[in-house]
Amino acid sequence: MPATPRRVGLFVTCLVDLFRPTVGFAAVKLLERAGCAVTVPAAQTCCGQPAYNAGDRADTRAIAEGVIAAFEPFDATVAPSGSCAGMIRRHYPALFAGDPVWEERAKRLAEKTFELVSFLVDECGVASVDARHEGRVAYHDSCSSLREMGVRAQPRQLLATVEGLELAELSARDVCCGFGGTFCVKYPDISGRMVADKAKDIAATGAGTVLAGDMGCLLNIAGRLSREGSAVRARHVAEVLAGMGGRPAIGEPAKGR
Amino acid sequence: MSGAGGREAILGSIRRSLGRGPLDEAARATLDARIADPRPNLVPARSDLPQAERVALFTEMAEKVFATVDRVAGPEAVPGAVADYLAQHNLPPALAMAPDAALDAYPWADKPLLAIRRGRAEEADRVAVTGAVMGFAETGTLMMASGPEHPSTLNFLPETHIVVLPAERIGGAYEEGWARLREQGAGEAGDADDGGFMPRTVNLVTGPSRTADIEQTIALGAHGPRRLHIVIVEEEAP
Amino acid sequence: MDATSRTFVANARAGLRDAALQTSLARFQGGFQVKRAEAAERLPEFEALRDEARAIKDHVLAHLDHYLERFEERVRASGGTVHWCETPEQARERILALCREADAKTVTKSKSMIAEEMALNPFLEEHGIEPVETDLGEYVVQLADERPSHIIAPAVHKTRDQVADLFHEKHTPLGRTRRLERVEELVEEAREVLRPRYLAADVGITGANFLIAETGSSAVVTNEGNADLTQILPRMHIVIATLEKVVPTLEDATTIMRVLARSATGQEFSTYTTVSTGPRRPGDADGPEAYHVVLLDNGRSRMLGSEFREVLRCIKCGACMNHCPVYGAVGGHAYGWVYPGPVGAVLTPNLIGLEEARHLPNASSFCGRCEEVCPVRIPLPGLMRKLREQEFAQGLAPAAVRRGIGAWAWLARRPALYRCLTGIGIGMMGALGRRRGRFVRLPLAGGWTGARDMPAPEGATFHALWRKERKA
Repeated sequence: MPATPRRVGLFVTCLVDLFRPTVGFAAVKLLERAGCAVTVPAAQTCCGQPAYNAGDRADTRAIAEGVIAAFEPFDATVAPSGSCAGMIRRHYPALFAGDPVWEERAKRLAEKTFELVSFLVDECGVASVDARHEGRVAYHDSCSSLREMGVRAQPRQLLATVEGLELAELSARDVCCGFGGTFCVKYPDISGRMVADKAKDIAATGAGTVLAGDMGCLLNIAGRLSREGSAVRARHVAEVLAGMGGRPAIGEPAKGR
Repeated sequence: MSGAGGREAILGSIRRSLGRGPLDEAARATLDARIADPRPNLVPARSDLPQAERVALFTEMAEKVFATVDRVAGPEAVPGAVADYLAQHNLPPALAMAPDAALDAYPWADKPLLAIRRGRAEEADRVAVTGAVMGFAETGTLMMASGPEHPSTLNFLPETHIVVLPAERIGGAYEEGWARLREQGAGEAGDADDGGFMPRTVNLVTGPSRTADIEQTIALGAHGPRRLHIVIVEEEAP
Repeated sequence: MDATSRTFVANARAGLRDAALQTSLARFQGGFQVKRAEAAERLPEFEALRDEARAIKDHVLAHLDHYLERFEERVRASGGTVHWCETPEQARERILALCREADAKTVTKSKSMIAEEMALNPFLEEHGIEPVETDLGEYVVQLADERPSHIIAPAVHKTRDQVADLFHEKHTPLGRTRRLERVEELVEEAREVLRPRYLAADVGITGANFLIAETGSSAVVTNEGNADLTQILPRMHIVIATLEKVVPTLEDATTIMRVLARSATGQEFSTYTTVSTGPRRPGDADGPEAYHVVLLDNGRSRMLGSEFREVLRCIKCGACMNHCPVYGAVGGHAYGWVYPGPVGAVLTPNLIGLEEARHLPNASSFCGRCEEVCPVRIPLPGLMRKLREQEFAQGLAPAAVRRGIGAWAWLARRPALYRCLTGIGIGMMGALGRRRGRFVRLPLAGGWTGARDMPAPEGATFHALWRKERKA
C-alpha cells in the first residue's frame, strides 16, 4: 500500500446514482478499505455513452469535457462499471483525436481510469475481502468489462474469498445479455430474446444470485428474471464484496415497509 | 461500359481515394521486388520436424479429415496396395490413371487383373490414381498440379481418389510447395521470377469432399470424391 | 439485388417468430463458436497470424492500384482476360456477353456473394441462360427461390426437414419421388442431380477468395469440390471478384488461408483450395479453354478513401455472424441484402446507402464479439458507430431519438440542474415502486417493459445520500 493514500475520484455512473446508490457506497467502502482516499466530484453526471452510441459526437464531447475537467485532479478515476470506465479509457482519446488541447487531456485521464474490481486487484493489490454470502452465485461478465477493460479473473478471484459463496459459471459466459444501452429500447424484440437466453443460462446454473459489474446488464437481467417470476436475485458484485449483500436485491421490494 | 474505360475509371477512383496519383518508378520497383522475391511470412512451427515425424504428422492430420492412409515399404508394393484397397471397398478393378511417368514406374503388371486406362477422368470412371507434387504435414494436405501428366478431372470426377506419394515428398508447410513449383517452372519455362511458373490448376486437397450445409452434419462426397486414399511409399522408385 | 433492409425491424420480428429458423440458428452458432475456439487453441501462432493477415490486407489496400495492374499483366501473360467493371450492371452485362461468346445454354456457379450483388441468376435467366448453383447450400437456396442467409453457410436457416421437403418437391419431376430423410441421402441425391449439370455446362462461374498479383491466379476455397467441377469441365471459366481480393504473392495468400478456415468453420484447412491460372495449357487433357476475370468495384474504390476502409480487409469468413448474438437471434435474412451480420451492418449502408440500411448499424448492442473474432481485426463496432454518426449528422435518425438525446445531453452538461431533476424523478419512481420493487409497465418505456420488468430505484440518488452522509 502506498505511503500517501491514492486519491481516487469515484465516477458513480448515472445508473448507480439513480437506481442503486448502494453500489456507490459499496464502492467507497471497498476503495477505502484498500487504502484509497475517495472523493466524489459533484460535477459529474454521465460519461456520455448514450449520446456517443447514438452518433451524437458534439454532445458527447461536451459531456466528456466536463468529465475530464472534474476528474483530472485525481490519481485515479474509478467506476463501478466496465462500460463507463471503458468509455473514458478506450473512447475518450478517440473522441478528441486531433484536438490540440483536449486530446492530451483525454489521454491522460484515460490512462488512469479503471473499473472498480480490476482496480482493487490489479492496482491496489487486494487479494481477499472480508465478506460473507451464503449460496451459489453466478457471475455475468459485461461485454465492456470483458473486452474493453480486461476484467475476467479479478472478480472471480475476490469472490472466491467471500465466505460461504460458491461460484457457478454460465455456459455462454462471453455472450451479451442484450442491454446495449439504447439498443434495448430501440430493438426490444431482439434485446428481449437475448436477455431471455441469458436468464435461461442463469437458471441452469442453479444459482440463487446473479452478480455483475455493470448496472445496465443488471437492470436488464433483474428485470427479466422478475418478469419470469424467477427466485434468482441480482446484485452488483461490489455489494457482495463489500459485505452489503443483505439489502433488498435489484428489483426486490424494500423490506418491512 | 466495361473495358478500358472501366479500368481507367476504377484505377483513378482508387488513386483519388488514396490521395495520390500513380506510384512513381521507385515505389513500383519496391513493390515489384516484394513480388519477385516472395518470402514466407510467419510459418507455424507445428510441421518443423524431422522427416519421420513429418510423415507421422501428415498421416495423423489426413486421417483426422477422413482420408485413409496406407504405408508401403517400396515401389514394388504399390500395385498390390491399390488392388487390396479396391477389393476391401468392393470397387471394380478398373483405374483411370494419370499418365505420369512416376506412376508408370510401379510394377502394375504384377496385378494383371487391374484394368488401367491412362488419361483424364470420364463420367463413368469410379477410381482415379494420381501422384502429387507434395504432401504437407501441417494439415495433411496434398498439392496436385495440372499438366499433361496430371489431368485435374482425376482429382474430382471419380468417387474414389487414390494418391500415390513417395514419403520423401512429404514436407512441412505449404510454402515449400510454392517454392517447388517455382523451381520446376524455372526449369521448364525459364520465367519463374515473373510469375509464369504456375500450372493451370493447383489443387491443395485436404481429405475427401465434404459438406456440412444441412444442419452442420458432415457428409462426405458432396461433389468430389467420397474417398481419398493416400499410399505413402517409403523408398523412392529405383 | 433488391434490398429489404428498410424493414429490418419487421424482418427481425418474423425471424424471431420462425420456429424452424430458431432451431437452426441455435444449433449452428453453438457449433461454429466451439470449433473456432478449438482451432485457435490448437495453433499457437494463431493470434500472430491474424496480425500478419491484417498487415497484408492493409498493405494491399494502400497499393491497390499497383497490385491490380500487376495482376492484370500476369493474367494476360497466362492467356486470360481481366474485365474491369464499376457497377454490378456492367459486370453482369459483361458476363452475359462472355456467356454468349461461349454460346452458353447452362452455366454452373460456385458460391459467390458478389453474384448476389449483381443479382446475376435472375439476369441470366431473363436472357435465356440457365444458372445452376452447385454449392449444396446455394443449391438449396436456389431451389427454394430464396437468398443465402449466411456468407459461408447459405442454407443455415433451413432444417433438414425443410430440405427434405424441398428436394422431394423439386426432384420429383426428375423421377426421384421418394422423400429422403437422412442428411447423407440428401447430399447423395444432390450429387446425382447436379453431376449431369456439371458435365453439360458451357460456362463455369466461380467466386474468388484471392487474386494473386505475382502469378495472375485466382484462388477459391471450398469443402465440396464444387468450384473445381465448375471450373475444369466447361469450356470457359469466369472468375468474379471484387478489387480488394488481390494479394501480392502466393505466400501472402497462404498466410490468410491459415486464418480463413479456422475462423470460418474451425477447420484446420478447407478441403479444397484451388489456384487457377489462365486457360488450359498445350498438352493438358482437361481444363477450360478460356479464362476471364470480371473485377467488380461497386463502391469499393470509393470506400477505400473513406473512414470505412478497414472493412475492405474482410476475407468473408463469416466468423462475425457466427458469434453475433443479434444475428443468432434474427437470422441472416432480416438484414435484407447480400451481407448479414456485423460485417453486413457496415458494408450494406456503404454499398446501398445509409438511408436504406440505417437500422443495420443501429441494431447492435456493441458487445464487441465480432471484433474479437475477426481474423483481420476489423473494428466492426467502431465502424458501426461511425455510421450512426453519419446518420445523426445527416438527420436520418428518428426525430424522437434526436430530440431525446439532445435534451438529455443538455441536462447532463448541467450537473446542478441534472441533480435536482433526477432527484425528483427518482424520488417519485422510488415511492411508486417501493412496494413491489419493480414496474411491469411504465409510460414511454414499452420498449423496455415488453420483455422485462423495470426494477424500481432505491429511492434517493447516490449523490443526495452522499452529501447527507459526508455532511453528517
